[in-house]
Amino acid sequence: MTKGTMRRVCRIGRTKVLGHPPTCYHRSMAAISHNALIACPECDLLQRFRAIPIAGVARCPRCDFILYREIPNSIDHALAFALAGLVLFAVGCVFPLLGLRFGSNLVEATLLTGIGELWSQGLAGVSALVLLTCIVAPVTHVGMMLYVCVPLKFGRRPWRVDLALRGLKALQPWSMIEVFMLGVLVSMVKLAKMATILPGLGLWAFAGSIIALVAAMAVLDLRTVWNKLALCR
Amino acid sequence: MMGHTGTALDAALVACGACELVSRAPPGYSDHRLACSRCGAPLRARKRDSVTRTWALVIAAIVLYFPANLLPITRIETLGSVEENTILSGVIYFIQNGDWPVALVIFVASIFVPLLKLSILIALLISVQRKSGRWRKERTVLYRVTEKIGRWSMVDVFVVTVLVALVDVGALANVDAGPAAAYFSAVVVLTMFAAASFDSRLIWDSYADGERNR
Repeated sequence: MTKGTMRRVCRIGRTKVLGHPPTCYHRSMAAISHNALIACPECDLLQRFRAIPIAGVARCPRCDFILYREIPNSIDHALAFALAGLVLFAVGCVFPLLGLRFGSNLVEATLLTGIGELWSQGLAGVSALVLLTCIVAPVTHVGMMLYVCVPLKFGRRPWRVDLALRGLKALQPWSMIEVFMLGVLVSMVKLAKMATILPGLGLWAFAGSIIALVAAMAVLDLRTVWNKLALCR
Repeated sequence: MMGHTGTALDAALVACGACELVSRAPPGYSDHRLACSRCGAPLRARKRDSVTRTWALVIAAIVLYFPANLLPITRIETLGSVEENTILSGVIYFIQNGDWPVALVIFVASIFVPLLKLSILIALLISVQRKSGRWRKERTVLYRVTEKIGRWSMVDVFVVTVLVALVDVGALANVDAGPAAAYFSAVVVLTMFAAASFDSRLIWDSYADGERNR
């Protein structure tokens, strides 16, 4: 059972050497990996995969964790939402989020202004964290989603799709644009006492992109993606 | 009852942490480094050194929680007068102004959630180390909540980012970020890593040898 079951990773010093995956290892390994089995990620209960109705949800009988969903047209919808989200996100980053009027002074700020200001005040770590959670992670996340879904739509297997899908999962918790939006709303209330607030175009674009990106995330079912990939060249 | 409790581990199977594909583990596989045949992620039945790592991250977060709350997070200069605000004084400011909903949002996100997260993680760690058999399902749900709510603590950091960017009109009014912003971000990041390094499957691992409660 050892041979051919899983690729071994050898460690030479600190570098990890992975064997190259065979071109169609899904078919060659079908007998060993158990696609019909599911282990609950939260309690490890082993279960058999059962088909569920469209829009249905399969939960772990022991701990109630949502194991999988049957989302209709998962990839098509995710693709549409991701594209819309990316465009709106670009608009939201470029145009001012908020304007502030003190008498005759008008100050407008984008997200990048805030990141730059934090950096120049010596809070490089905080600035980098905001950059990561509000720009780098969401953009990479959508980018990877498109990278996987566009070729898949045409029945092709993207190059190193394994890395892209692992990255997609790892980045998910670090994309915090919806939290940023709440932060913007709180600061609007805070500033309303001091001056006149003018919501900018960027704010509306950001709000739209959040809806699209959260929808894309909710609609993309990675299980479906892996199953579709297994059928691709 | 039967010899095993129906977990993948008991059946000598390993589920990939990244793509969830179940694979057969060769005997003594824990001595090897194995990769998932589908996505190439390292295959482990349980997260590596889960309890130790989570403890380390939790303790680090507790240590940084103090400067995060005691030092000023913003420094507001208006017409020559300087005012320094901590997270708590920001909440008090909103209450005094009658902005209850905003005060609640800040209080919950910045003070309540980090504390709740740390206490839940400590309780889970202790219960796992004692191989407790009680409230397994409830503890799993608590873990799930901890994992989901952590990100919302970042609200205060984002508020500071927006304030710093907008309120910059020279002598009239100026907002600078204080040192607590850095400590507070560190607390949020550490607790997020702590939640991610905890393995909720450990809660169920004593199911086989312990008494079966419910």
